[in-house]
Amino acid sequence: MTTNEELEGLLEEIIQYYGYDFTGYSRASLMRRVNAFYVKERCNSFADLRQRVLENQAFFIHFVEEVTVNVTEMFRDPGFYNTLRTEIVPVLATYPFIRIWHAGCSTGEEVYSMAILLKEAGLLHKAILYATDLNQKVLEKAKAGIFPMSQMRQNSENYIKAGGRHEFSSYYTANYNFARFDKALSDKMVFSTHNLVSDSSFNEFQLILCRNVLIYFDKDLQARVLQLFDKSLDSLGFLALGSKESLKFSAIAPYYSQIANKEKIWRKKR
Amino acid sequence: MEKETMTSPEKLIVIGGSSGSLEVLMNLLPLLGKRLPVPVIIVLHRNNQSDNGLVELFASKTKLTVKEADEKDILVPGTVYIAAPDYHLLIEQDKTLSLDASAKVNFSRPSIDVTFSSAADVFGKGLTAILLSGANADGADAMIYVKECGGKLIVQDPDEALVGYMPRQAIEQNDVDMILGVVEIAEWINTEFRD
Repeated sequence: MTTNEELEGLLEEIIQYYGYDFTGYSRASLMRRVNAFYVKERCNSFADLRQRVLENQAFFIHFVEEVTVNVTEMFRDPGFYNTLRTEIVPVLATYPFIRIWHAGCSTGEEVYSMAILLKEAGLLHKAILYATDLNQKVLEKAKAGIFPMSQMRQNSENYIKAGGRHEFSSYYTANYNFARFDKALSDKMVFSTHNLVSDSSFNEFQLILCRNVLIYFDKDLQARVLQLFDKSLDSLGFLALGSKESLKFSAIAPYYSQIANKEKIWRKKR
Repeated sequence: MEKETMTSPEKLIVIGGSSGSLEVLMNLLPLLGKRLPVPVIIVLHRNNQSDNGLVELFASKTKLTVKEADEKDILVPGTVYIAAPDYHLLIEQDKTLSLDASAKVNFSRPSIDVTFSSAADVFGKGLTAILLSGANADGADAMIYVKECGGKLIVQDPDEALVGYMPRQAIEQNDVDMILGVVEIAEWINTEFRD
């Protein structure tokens, strides 16, 4: 369908028209999603797709939402959350005030998971969870804290596997087909658009979570984003990545040590 | 992105399988020549999300290097890459690997369709796609595309497969080049890809 040259041309034009730079994204999955978008939006030709994206801002926002991956779930990789609960949260407890950044939070499921961990550790009152994404639309969903009821079974299973000992359903109110999460959780969240490609550091954190975002970036962009995280982490702060992401071979690797149990969590040495 | 190296492989074997395929691969791997001059990617559906034992299990069955596919891995001849659980596996134009955690395809992640299509984009007629036993139609759609791109299609003999649904789907929907038993698949690979 779309040729490599057509895709490259469109990415350059998107920078000029909208200031969004996707040229650091891995092409294979970007191409796959652009082609899926092409079919879904019933474009007649690549020229048709290009014209609609460039001439209609609302359509472009929709394009961004569709070609970036927004698949997530609560307590995704339960073993990871179990480690957060047992090894990282107790360290966070020693700070008078806890600042956490979820970079590329999508619809917010992992932010709510973190808030639940903090609540159960009695720390939520002294925490702020900054949650950012480049898509405004997913942030609106995250902020609303309303998730499809159909996902609650999987979420609940993950929660239990992650060491949760309460009734998962006590964190939301079932409302027809939707689960509305406790406002006490979202009260501690600050949602904002932030583009990892172009925006800079905005605070210092004790924990940064960026899971399954770097896999979509090429090496150069990965390196730049890791520098951004390094700049945004307190000394002795933690950086948590997705299960197939690593600091290994990165320029900041010498300044970090991976925690002992092999989960993808690194601690800044100083 | 477009950088090509001298040693960049021109050919690739991708093997897709679902239920029943684990045993097939256990039988197939020991039969492959130990100096196979082509990279091999295996996309196997499995239930356990965090099982790392598959790499060790396969490694014990072959002299070839076996590793779980990591993002940015450069495809190296004679290495067997196992698609990681819960990620789609894609191939870039520069013949490195990419991972993608987007929605399941045919109820599967990794999906055989996703990897087969991506491999066909990059390797074209240099691709050999092999579909093994399974109870899911994943893989059948992409086989049409593999063929369009000039690649070769081999399907495990459904009568030999533990679960014949997947290979049968592929045979019904596509113009497959060969329908072979496991031993014949290995013989064909060893003859076609001589060092």
